[in-house]
Amino acid sequence: MSVERSAQAPALLDVERIRRDFPILGRSTRGRPLVYLDNANSTQKPQVVIDTESRFYSEQYANIHRGVYLLSQEATEAYDRARERVARFVGARSPREIVFVRGTTEAINLVASSWGRTHLGPGDEVLISGMEHHSGIVPWQMICEERGASLRVIPVTDSGELDLDAAEGLFTARTKILSVIHVSNALGTVNPAEALVAMAKARGVPVLLDGAQTISHRAVDVTELGCDFFVFSGHKLFGPTGIGVLWAREEILDAMPPYQGGGNMINVVTFEKTTYAPLPFKFEAGTTNIAGTLGLAAAIDYVDALGYEAIAAHERKLLTHLLAGLSAVPEVRVIGSPKERVGVLSLTLDGVHPHDAGTILDLEGIAVRAGHHCVQPLMARFGVPATIRASLAVYNTEAECDALIAGLAKCVEVFRR
Amino acid sequence: MSELRDLYQEVILDHSKKPRNFRMPVAVTHEAHGRNPLCGDTFTVFVDVENGTIKDIGFQGHGCAIATASASMMTESLKGKSLQDGRALFEWFHRLLTTPPDVGTPAGPLGKLAVFSGVREFPVRVKCATLAWHTLKAALDREAKAVSTE
Repeated sequence: MSVERSAQAPALLDVERIRRDFPILGRSTRGRPLVYLDNANSTQKPQVVIDTESRFYSEQYANIHRGVYLLSQEATEAYDRARERVARFVGARSPREIVFVRGTTEAINLVASSWGRTHLGPGDEVLISGMEHHSGIVPWQMICEERGASLRVIPVTDSGELDLDAAEGLFTARTKILSVIHVSNALGTVNPAEALVAMAKARGVPVLLDGAQTISHRAVDVTELGCDFFVFSGHKLFGPTGIGVLWAREEILDAMPPYQGGGNMINVVTFEKTTYAPLPFKFEAGTTNIAGTLGLAAAIDYVDALGYEAIAAHERKLLTHLLAGLSAVPEVRVIGSPKERVGVLSLTLDGVHPHDAGTILDLEGIAVRAGHHCVQPLMARFGVPATIRASLAVYNTEAECDALIAGLAKCVEVFRR
Repeated sequence: MSELRDLYQEVILDHSKKPRNFRMPVAVTHEAHGRNPLCGDTFTVFVDVENGTIKDIGFQGHGCAIATASASMMTESLKGKSLQDGRALFEWFHRLLTTPPDVGTPAGPLGKLAVFSGVREFPVRVKCATLAWHTLKAALDREAKAVSTE
């Protein structure tokens, strides 16, 4: 969808100005200017996010939903506004559909545990994909084991895309949910949400989309996507760590049992019986990450002001530049060639182990991830134990892509000695 | 860039490209499988112990240059040594990598193995250098399960 939108040539971003919004981009590492290309792992924070958290603690802090005093009221109102902001951001029908959690991982665990406990039985099947992050595998594996259900996996093609024909054949009468990563954290592949949702809906199967990697690159509208659950983390959206979002349709959340018990999630507690708070508080036991929530709302405001069309256009330009430069290094092998990809790619270097490359690049001030990226089954699928992953964000530049390419050439050189 | 040369010294590059004893010995009395879950690197270390002496030692698997060179040089250093000397060398190697660089480099019987002192500047890589050694220790301790450097 954003491809069509960006065809209208959005205004180019002033990247130098954007870079000044992120104080950390001014520092150096190992005596070199920092080239931060590990954005799929976590993004850096703009000053406005840092200030929002800091101001909350220095001027407005109190716990929410507890005090009758003004400070607590103000904190509660700010928290509620943040939830409304997130609801608007993802196109939810109501803030009641927004549950704050620690991150994508906790969101999937919440769904697997609460929804899975009441919807999965012996012989049932959970359909996932071969490019899931471990957080899209293990929570389902755990609940499947508990409930006597099993996992089925949509295979990945050589181009790094989901095999949709095979997916069709994997739905059975026992398929209870389809849980898929929307954008691959390792390959950058944008999976065809529309086709997958249509496939599931035709069989009455609910869909969870893991939007952890979607959210910093593409606009999300849950109604348009047609999924039933959408989850993401704040820290991959230039927001704080320890805050994430579970969106689900209200009637689904309403029918789900609580995930954790404790304060805030109750209505009336006696030793005989407890009644639960209405949505979304039923799923927010204990004191939540209030400062992080406000920081997330600030990050959303920041990204929205830049505009997703402009972000996508900038990243597409960078990715084209990067891929062209990489093709000039004969030892580089980019994993997969998906038709639709965000600025995330995994590569291997002939004759250089990814960890050695990671260290040599680090000495050049370049931060990339070297390893299995929490997708061991996907690595096995491509027959590599690990890769080097470069992932772009809105503040990256063509010069930084060039630095990476030169750094990779240097890695090859070191091992040719 | 001296840090780069300190880490990837010629001898380390040489052993990583042409690992010695990269094979399973004919007779094996002890073996263990080691894995670094951070990166997926994995080695199996095989030892043939006779009368308290490491008669033969070899390894197989895959890892980064640091891990592979360390495994290769470990096998060279240990072949023909007594078990007691082998265990002592493990302790010395461990001490080498855990001594802060500004404190100096422990001498001891490390010999060529001292080339790994450069790894200390890169704390996340220490596990690469010690993977084969921990695997060896597990083999000699006859631990049945795979070891992990985590």
